[in-house]
Amino acid sequence: MVTGGTEFDLLRWIPLAPLLAAVLHGVLLVVVRRTVSQWVTVAISCGAIGVSFLMSCAAFARLVRLPDESRLLVDHLYTWIGAGIGNQAFSTELAFQFDPLSAVMVLVVSGVGALIHIYSWGYMEEDEREDKGFQRFFCYMNLFAFAMLLLVLADNLVLMFLGWEGVGLCSYLLIGFWYGDRNNAYAGSKAFIVNRVGDFAFIVGLLLLFSLLSEAGHPTIGFQDIERYFAQIAEATLDLPEWLPGGPSYRAVDVVGICFFIGACGKSAQIPLHVWLPDAMAGPTPVSALIHAATMVTAGVYLVCRMSFLYAAAPEASEVIAWTGALTAALGAVLALVQTDIKKVLAYSTMSQLGFMFVAVGCGAYAAAIFHLATHAFMKALLFLAAGSVILAMQHEQDIGAMGGLRSRIPRTRWTFLIGAVALSGVLPFAGFFSKDEILVAAYGAGMAGGPWLYRLLLATAGLTALYLFRLYFQVFRGKSRVRRELRDRMEDPPGSMVIPLYALSLLAIFAGLAGFPQAWGDLAWVDIEKSNSLANFLAPVLAGSGREALEREIEYRLTLRAVLAAATGTGLAWCLYVQWPAWPGKIRSSFRRLHHVLVAKFWVDEIYGLLLVRPLVAISDRLLYRVIDAGLIDGLLVNGVARSVRALAANGLRYLQSGLIQSYMFVMLVGAVAIVALLMR
Amino acid sequence: MNFPTLLFHAFALLAVAGAVGTVANLRNTVAAAMSLVLTMVSLAGIYVLLGAHIIAVFQIMVYGGAIVVLFLFAVMLRGDESEPLPRGRMRLVKAASVLVAVCVMAGFARILVGFPEPPAAPTDFGRARTVGIALYSDYVLLVEMVSLVLLAAIVGALVLAKRNTD
Amino acid sequence: MIPIDHVIGLSALLFGIGAIGVLVRRNLIVMLMSIELMLNAANLAFVAFNRVWPGMDSTKALDGQVFVLLVITVAAAEVAVGLGILLALFRNRDSVDPEEASLLKW
Repeated sequence: MVTGGTEFDLLRWIPLAPLLAAVLHGVLLVVVRRTVSQWVTVAISCGAIGVSFLMSCAAFARLVRLPDESRLLVDHLYTWIGAGIGNQAFSTELAFQFDPLSAVMVLVVSGVGALIHIYSWGYMEEDEREDKGFQRFFCYMNLFAFAMLLLVLADNLVLMFLGWEGVGLCSYLLIGFWYGDRNNAYAGSKAFIVNRVGDFAFIVGLLLLFSLLSEAGHPTIGFQDIERYFAQIAEATLDLPEWLPGGPSYRAVDVVGICFFIGACGKSAQIPLHVWLPDAMAGPTPVSALIHAATMVTAGVYLVCRMSFLYAAAPEASEVIAWTGALTAALGAVLALVQTDIKKVLAYSTMSQLGFMFVAVGCGAYAAAIFHLATHAFMKALLFLAAGSVILAMQHEQDIGAMGGLRSRIPRTRWTFLIGAVALSGVLPFAGFFSKDEILVAAYGAGMAGGPWLYRLLLATAGLTALYLFRLYFQVFRGKSRVRRELRDRMEDPPGSMVIPLYALSLLAIFAGLAGFPQAWGDLAWVDIEKSNSLANFLAPVLAGSGREALEREIEYRLTLRAVLAAATGTGLAWCLYVQWPAWPGKIRSSFRRLHHVLVAKFWVDEIYGLLLVRPLVAISDRLLYRVIDAGLIDGLLVNGVARSVRALAANGLRYLQSGLIQSYMFVMLVGAVAIVALLMR
Repeated sequence: MNFPTLLFHAFALLAVAGAVGTVANLRNTVAAAMSLVLTMVSLAGIYVLLGAHIIAVFQIMVYGGAIVVLFLFAVMLRGDESEPLPRGRMRLVKAASVLVAVCVMAGFARILVGFPEPPAAPTDFGRARTVGIALYSDYVLLVEMVSLVLLAAIVGALVLAKRNTD
Repeated sequence: MIPIDHVIGLSALLFGIGAIGVLVRRNLIVMLMSIELMLNAANLAFVAFNRVWPGMDSTKALDGQVFVLLVITVAAAEVAVGLGILLALFRNRDSVDPEEASLLKW
């Protein structure tokens, strides 16, 4: 872990700039209410994100000048929650920290975010023309950027949770952005609700961790402090109900780890909380690119890596993570093969790649996970933005069955898409290859339960990745054009403002792999061995056990070869099926009709959830909680009932005390006087 | 049974008879007023027997001479009409009030049994002179206040009884 | 010589009869007369008690009688004002029935 902490006041502007922009947009929208020109809107939001990015670069520059062991910048704003006195004192600060892990995340988030903001200007322009919420879009995007940056820069779990919830909220707002169509709103709600399940687990984990620390005498939830005192609670045990597998006594860190991981599953769409991600594609494409590819879904990976010291001490939890990740990766890849909507293919692909990242985490290769997070962000954002260009060119048609042969008509989109697909498939020497290779090596060497099957599953998934990506590419850009005639001649590449981010991301997708050039290759290429694998070295002080021992040279080369072969096989197969012999996919589909049906129905997960969870909950809420308890008991009996009885009492009883008849008043007076006298004479 | 006691019982009987006559009189209001006079005078007699002579005089002068006359003036101005019987809820209240009053009286009777014989009265117990001196030396403030009350009463009665000449 | 408890008993009796009169009769003038009756009963009690227990020192020896004088005075004033109210109130109605004046109700 890093020690010390240098003050760096500019840190606060990284999240605050987008927040101020969002507030400004909000004020303009709600209070001022006049339509603002799009230049102003774009200037405000892209300016804010640009400021964030610049500040992040400044912070990064400051960080690298510090020696390795004390690379930590802090910025303390305010004591948010203060409680207790003496040695029970507890406080949650509104403070930011910037260490190498945060640096990577912040640069990715603000950098990719800035590019996507610029792209959104062009993409949402028709919304602007039809006055359908251009400014609202940028308001939400800025709000999202604030929440995400808050999440990444927070120096304690509670502040991070604030950002965590914030990104969930913004995800909801942006998925259901075109709320005129009910289904979009439902998709947003679904995302939010599934996220909530994860959030609940997060809170449980947080509280558990806090109580463990408090019992050991250190009530704190700041990351630095948790890491410092972690050794004292590492061996604590917990007793849970008997019916859970694995015996009633658990290691507490395992339980905490699992809780946080479930939270991460909700955010990063891992099994079983993955159901919201495909539906989230109902939002505008820049939203899908930013939130559901590059940033929000990576929050789960970030959380787990931030707590890497905990997972390094919790092997059972790590095993669960690795296998969940692997299964999700495989499931995502398989389901992506049968999707016909561009964005859904990419959504399942995201799910799959996130699974890869969690496998890395589970196998203890935290730096590899972050490396893949960064490269994936570039590649997936690139793919989504390129897909967005395709969608715009196709006048919002998203079915790849209605596309084909677009390469001649929208060449710039085509080349950027191709670069993205190639990079993600793991072809040498693009970025995806290096990051995926790191993960595969980690899976091979980790020695998880289930032996070599983890590695084999991952390798197969890598092959499938190439397959579905090139299927997508070939279906959209090559082959005979299945586009409607009136559309065919009107298709054009996107304008400059949208193409520049595509170019920038393409460069990143190509060259970002060099940051993680594996050490084993050091003397193979001309790269200086000390400088190689610089990302891992950069992150080493922060992440547990991130320096991996190089395997034997021979094994490394063999693994690399296998990875390359997997990618090649996938690509080749896609070529065969979708370019060379295009009739085959149809034939395969009809021979395996049942299997195809199951895949298209996503193994009926949504339906099962609906039946087992949603319907009972809704039934209970409506029939029992609402009708019986709320309307009947509380409303009817307690509230209205009390009112009714008071009214009855007054109307039928008390009223007659005031009859206006003097003699009845006098009677009461007499009785009262006699009573008092009798009491006094007692 | 000596003479004063006999006299006292006679006066008492008259007083009660007069009281009942006032309250339960169904003939007319003037008859009720006359019964009241009977009660007043009997009470004056009892005061004399108790030795409070000046009080007895005041009783006859003010009560019998002024107050009952006022009542008779009022009856004269209003006329005398018969009284309807109580109806509805009031029947219950009135029955209850009679009951309560009887209970109160019975309660008093129970409590007040067994008083000692009074000592001999001091020689100037009820004389005008002693009462007058007491009034104007010890209780002069009360006298002044009461005179104010009377003034207010006079003004009030005048104002109230005036007809509105609009 | 006179049995004081009989006097007190008479006072109580007169008070009770007066109370019954006030509560039961429906003629305001008779009600006022009953109130006078009650006041008289109180006066009787005062005088009787003054006879039995004259004050501790000579200055308070005639408390009861002084009070009775005051009561008589105030009773006179009260009757005057009361009858004035009665006349004013019932100028416009033709009866002296207290149940006619029952507007101050629910």
